[in-house]
Amino acid sequence: MTTVEKPPYERPIGYGRLLRKEDPRFIRGKGNYIDDINLPGMLYGAILRSPYAHARIKSIDVSAATSLPKVVAVITGKDLEPLKLAWMPTLSQDTQAVLATDKVRFQGQEVAYVVAEDRYAARDALELIDVDYEILPAVVDPRKALEPGAPVIRDDKEGKTDNHIFDWESGDSAATDAVFAAADVVVKQDMYYPRSHPAPMETCGCVAQVDPIDGQLTLWATTQAPHAHRTVYALVAGLPEHKIRVIAPDIGGGFGNKVGVYPGYVCTIVAALVTGKPVKWMEDRSENLMSTSFARDFHMHGEIAATKEGKILGVRVNVIADHGAFNGTAQPSKYPAGFFHMFTGSYDLAAAHCKVTGVYTNKAPGGVAYACSFRITESVYLVERMVDCLAAELGTDPAELRLKNLIKPEQFPYTTKTGWEYDSGDYEVTLRKALDKIGYSELRKEQAEKRQRGELMGIGVAFFTEAVGAGPREHMDILGLGMADGATLRIHPTGKAVLGVSCQSTGQGHETTYAQIVGEELGIPPEDIDVVNGDTDRTPFGLGTYGSRSTPVSGAATAVVARKVRERARIVAAAMLEASADDLEWEKGRFFVKGDPERGKTIQEIAMGAHGSVHLPDGIEGGLDAETVYNPPNLTYPFGAYICVVDVDAGTGKVVVRRFLAVDDCGTRINPMIIEGQVHRGLTDGVGMALMEIIDFDEQGNCLGGSFMDYLLPTAMECPDWETDFTVTPSPHHPIGAKGVGESATVGSPPCIINAIVDALKPYGVRHIDMPATPGRVWEAIQKGKQATA
Amino acid sequence: MQITMRVNGDEVTRDVEPRLLLVHFLRDHLGLTGTHWGCDTSNCGACVVHMDGEPVKSCTVLAAMADGREVRTVEGMITNGVLDPVQQGFMEEHGLQCGFCTPGMMMAARALLDRNPHPTDAEIREGLSGQLCRCTGYATIVRSVHWAADHPAAAPAAAGAES
Repeated sequence: MTTVEKPPYERPIGYGRLLRKEDPRFIRGKGNYIDDINLPGMLYGAILRSPYAHARIKSIDVSAATSLPKVVAVITGKDLEPLKLAWMPTLSQDTQAVLATDKVRFQGQEVAYVVAEDRYAARDALELIDVDYEILPAVVDPRKALEPGAPVIRDDKEGKTDNHIFDWESGDSAATDAVFAAADVVVKQDMYYPRSHPAPMETCGCVAQVDPIDGQLTLWATTQAPHAHRTVYALVAGLPEHKIRVIAPDIGGGFGNKVGVYPGYVCTIVAALVTGKPVKWMEDRSENLMSTSFARDFHMHGEIAATKEGKILGVRVNVIADHGAFNGTAQPSKYPAGFFHMFTGSYDLAAAHCKVTGVYTNKAPGGVAYACSFRITESVYLVERMVDCLAAELGTDPAELRLKNLIKPEQFPYTTKTGWEYDSGDYEVTLRKALDKIGYSELRKEQAEKRQRGELMGIGVAFFTEAVGAGPREHMDILGLGMADGATLRIHPTGKAVLGVSCQSTGQGHETTYAQIVGEELGIPPEDIDVVNGDTDRTPFGLGTYGSRSTPVSGAATAVVARKVRERARIVAAAMLEASADDLEWEKGRFFVKGDPERGKTIQEIAMGAHGSVHLPDGIEGGLDAETVYNPPNLTYPFGAYICVVDVDAGTGKVVVRRFLAVDDCGTRINPMIIEGQVHRGLTDGVGMALMEIIDFDEQGNCLGGSFMDYLLPTAMECPDWETDFTVTPSPHHPIGAKGVGESATVGSPPCIINAIVDALKPYGVRHIDMPATPGRVWEAIQKGKQATA
Repeated sequence: MQITMRVNGDEVTRDVEPRLLLVHFLRDHLGLTGTHWGCDTSNCGACVVHMDGEPVKSCTVLAAMADGREVRTVEGMITNGVLDPVQQGFMEEHGLQCGFCTPGMMMAARALLDRNPHPTDAEIREGLSGQLCRCTGYATIVRSVHWAADHPAAAPAAAGAES
């Protein structure tokens, strides 16, 4: 008798806590990231970047660099012009310089690309390139950029005489004005959501290789959307798409930073074509922080209207959005401000309106990144701060005010005043659970006692609703590519399975989660399922991973394709059992004849049978393999109630987040361990954004956040021991009822912490403080409050 | 210049440029790509390895400075086919997601446990304060280090390979 040793943990077939399938390679140092790829004869690329924010290029002399030993080639924009590659389209249908030819428009912009035999030689050569610049006045403040007479940044665009990109509105302006005119109470607040950066631990990079015989391009790249990238390269470079293979190997974090197509990728492809050798390019940290997709940079003016009893009636917002030098935001093309019109939050309003104005400045391009769910971070921050401002104005408890105004369960599906259809929710239950669990009333008592003693303790409350899992594709596309995702499921004769998905893990644990979905649907154990993602030759087409799309879209595709397999298995099992398919019943992993449970076939037996000699009905070809494309009927709407406690040192202004409780509802929970990890990550983003992170600029447009010395990220020292809990409200339209969760905490936590800090500073009459609430800013707010009350 | 050092128990001798960083020596010259590079400023700790038993950030150590020293990397954490309890703990407690900071994080955790076998939460957080992780929020890393402290006899590597 053979005994099988039990693994050291429970292994559910289907949903439940399951250790990750990807971890054994990572904990051995055997992950395979871009910079780990080494090909014979490989060359190294390095990029010369502009030291100025705005300057005209008078000349570029590369002769000294070219003559350096080990240097193979130096490429400038002039070399790219005949290839029509000096400029490329952005994901927002603007254009972006690949290598600057006329002007540089932000500090860190790409000017030249060196190819050398090793990475040190490539860097040496950069220092020998002589660029003659004529410095131009830089436009740093987007409000000044809109003033008449401001220097025109995009004079490359024919007829462009200002720095305006777009105006975009949502909601009903007249109805909102009417609601505000009739309201008892109107509160207004300006707030700035600072420019920040996703800063994944692995920077961006790629390796390009071109087969000299058949012209096949293989690009290993840090991309969250390998299929979309392949199509973009085909369109931009005119390469035949079937001759392009994009491979995203292990990715060291993405958070939206690895959605865009960056000039470095294009240059590396050109370098591989020109030299005939594989070329690797890897950013350094400063390049990553200074040139790749930043996040936020929203200057918001919010207004909230309510009755004197505290019924919220309307919200009105005006935004100036700083998009940098090229409009390179990555969001569905119909939505230039992303999903900012989610600013109505979790509340039942009578009217709402927003206007967003996009502006060019002499800063790096981007704006939609950093786990923002297409700018829902900004919208939730706005509305959750406004609700707290209203609570302060009314003298109401912020939790009570929210409870009074949350959308009621019977109102779902709920259509917001800006046109979103929230799929499901039971908000009050979730908020009450959070209040009970953290001991809200006891905390208020503790706070009152501390205030008596002059100690500054704050309690922050925030409630958020997210919209994740874009499309449907008829409403949402990027460069004409509809936001849907494919899945293929192959079942080998022995019942082992290989799932191919179009999304791309950047650490979320897709290899585990999707194996669990297949396991739940087919009863195949997780160790018998391999999940393949990130290789356009081995996976079906789809738009990739960002905006928490993976579970809502690819997770749905996985469930659908597994159900297709199951229905084929039913027909094969019926043939094997000589029964009618309609007479079979399914239990996880097995079909059996109704009323005769002993007479059945396991999925593994059926897999063999599907390739065996059993006579199958006419029209059934054999095999169980299936494929699907999932076009989501709507987004999914996860939500959550967050409460935190902060202590502020009145002498130094230092804020310590003492406790943070997140109660999340992401519908059906596939792997609670992974969900908890996703929530923890987002809460850490909240600590970073609320307290530390900002990419700032001086008046000349010099980036002041270009290294980890200046761009501060939370360490273990700044983070509390996160507390989490959950409620479960399944999505009614998702095949397994799941909603995304990857960005929920990034969306919900920043306003929670700022609300807590403002609450702590209440004795000083503080109503708002902009992020990041650094010790200096908090200390200043305290001093101002002291002067005002003196 | 010629340098000689022991890396994960094996003696290696190479001709290198004097300016070569230890992280690039390990990765590009020895093919030990488990040690990662994450910043230029010794803030992130992705590159932490042990030099004569002490954790160092290999992006700010010249390969030449390791001449004659004993270097240990993540690839050397497994001994005689047995995972280090720290490695097992990171899997058990979900102490990693993208895995990029993980080798440096585990090497720093190993060094911490070598000098303090039963650290408190606060001691773990301080011991790892030179390491950045963008995925986990650190709480599960703290749990992972506790797991390792509580299981000083590691599980067989074969079981780890399956999990």
